[in-house]
Amino acid sequence: MATILVYVETRGGAVQPIAFELLAAARSLAAPAGWTVEALVCAADPAAPAVEITAADCVLTMAHPALSPYLPEAHAAALQAVVDERQPDVVLFGYTTAGLDLAPATAGRTGRTLAAYCRTLALDGGALTASAQVYGGKLIAGIEAPLPAVACVMPGAFAEDAGRIAGSPERIVLPAPATLGALKTRVLEELFPEAGGVDLTQASRILCVGRGIGEAAKIAGAAEVAELLGAELAGSRPVIDAGWMPKARQVGKSGTKVRPKLYVAVGVSGAPEHLEGMAKSDLIVAINSDARAPIFGAAHFGAAIDLFDLLPALADRLRAG
Amino acid sequence: MHAAVVLRLVPDIADDLEISESGNDIDREWVGMKLNEFDDHALEEAVLLKERAGASVTAVALDGDGVDKLLQSAIARGADRVVKITYDELPPLPAAAAVAAILADAIQALGADVVLTGVQTPEDAGGQLAAALGARLGWPHLSAVAGVQPAPDGLIVRQEHSGGYATRVHAAGPVVLGVQSASQPPRYVSGSKLRQAIGVKPEKRAGGEAFAGPVAMVRRLAKPASGGGAAMWKGDADAVADQFVALLRERGLLKG
Repeated sequence: MATILVYVETRGGAVQPIAFELLAAARSLAAPAGWTVEALVCAADPAAPAVEITAADCVLTMAHPALSPYLPEAHAAALQAVVDERQPDVVLFGYTTAGLDLAPATAGRTGRTLAAYCRTLALDGGALTASAQVYGGKLIAGIEAPLPAVACVMPGAFAEDAGRIAGSPERIVLPAPATLGALKTRVLEELFPEAGGVDLTQASRILCVGRGIGEAAKIAGAAEVAELLGAELAGSRPVIDAGWMPKARQVGKSGTKVRPKLYVAVGVSGAPEHLEGMAKSDLIVAINSDARAPIFGAAHFGAAIDLFDLLPALADRLRAG
Repeated sequence: MHAAVVLRLVPDIADDLEISESGNDIDREWVGMKLNEFDDHALEEAVLLKERAGASVTAVALDGDGVDKLLQSAIARGADRVVKITYDELPPLPAAAAVAAILADAIQALGADVVLTGVQTPEDAGGQLAAALGARLGWPHLSAVAGVQPAPDGLIVRQEHSGGYATRVHAAGPVVLGVQSASQPPRYVSGSKLRQAIGVKPEKRAGGEAFAGPVAMVRRLAKPASGGGAAMWKGDADAVADQFVALLRERGLLKG
């Protein structure tokens, strides 16, 4: 029978939320086609996270000390062994650091086609079809990936509830490949977010500055509005990479995921990796001079206006109460 | 140590992007092309390896319009050697596996033992190059790299994950790195250095055999709806500010 294999990402012995979204995606693909869904948990001790997986037909586990903490070389080797052995028709990864590592690696090592940045998935004859965000979300690509295929799925594209439904999956323990004993890379140290300082996850209001701010000196105007709003100031990745704000203030895939009551995005285009970090905020207001900026797809309210015109006008009104 | 850094010209997504008549590509005639911003960081990290550990740096790019200038700017930034790779044809938004097949032979022939490139591009719908290149070369790879330090017996690489979590990974042999951010912002290059580099003519090498396996293809491109899901406020700055404050008041979100 045809199968869909879901790579289950874990950290610290817990399943990462993206895995449940992938299970939801897999079930939505598999059900109409009568396919089965297999989930793969690779870790030093996969038993505890594997128990969390109930929405698959079968849960595969592989245990080896090299599999925790996450090491791309180890997980790529494990996946190659599993995919070569079980020959799934579709393999699903999330758009995370592990997904960026493992989706192309698995496709390349096992001769599968690959679709990245997927927001929708469907089976169409002998191909997986997907719609994918490209050019920072400015365009949507319709991709056709002949089977067998690998897909890297955007967080938030599938609701995780359907990936958490109760069930009694078959559970199979797989042997670790010998290649895990001869790796050329090893994890020296895990680095966790520093305690203290700004914690954006606890902020009820956030004003986030994006690339549109142009230069470090102009952040002061946004900082003043943040202060008047009672909001923490944050930055999107380009702002952080340019050294204009500390890393602790980054929102997005490689920064912090936030869910404040109010999220104001100024000059943020809304690249997929940024949306991943803030799209579940209660109220999102976006200011961008480009009416087609993808941030408006995630925002509740917005204006296509120059932020340097708006910020002073907004500051005046907030100061006046 | 010999570091190869793969540089790519990509459309400037700040420009208006129009879809070509074929429907599966953007109209590249009028769009501005620029160095992929993650490749910019990869180049910076490669040059830092040169400064910290005496690595030689070769910048590599697929041949095409604007590539000589791109590679000359890499010389101005600190690259020792620049090579452009010729190839027959690639489809729009090509699969990472197809690009990796073209580059891998040349990278091996150069004798590189570390490859750096950007973690992603705005148009890699067919997957990211670093991991595909690692698979093609049979080397380990790491994506989302945010800093590389030389070590006596290899490299120490910082890999970033979500939520501020990261790992430090030791790589003992050849490795491919998908760089997300360099250890420091990409350096400014003076006009005089750029002018000096204009005299450098990039070497030309033939790429590897075209990828033989099946690949995913982009069949069509479309624009998302304008404004997306947001209720859009109209008017000038004062009008928008008034609506913004009214919303905050209605939702009880004004400070104090």
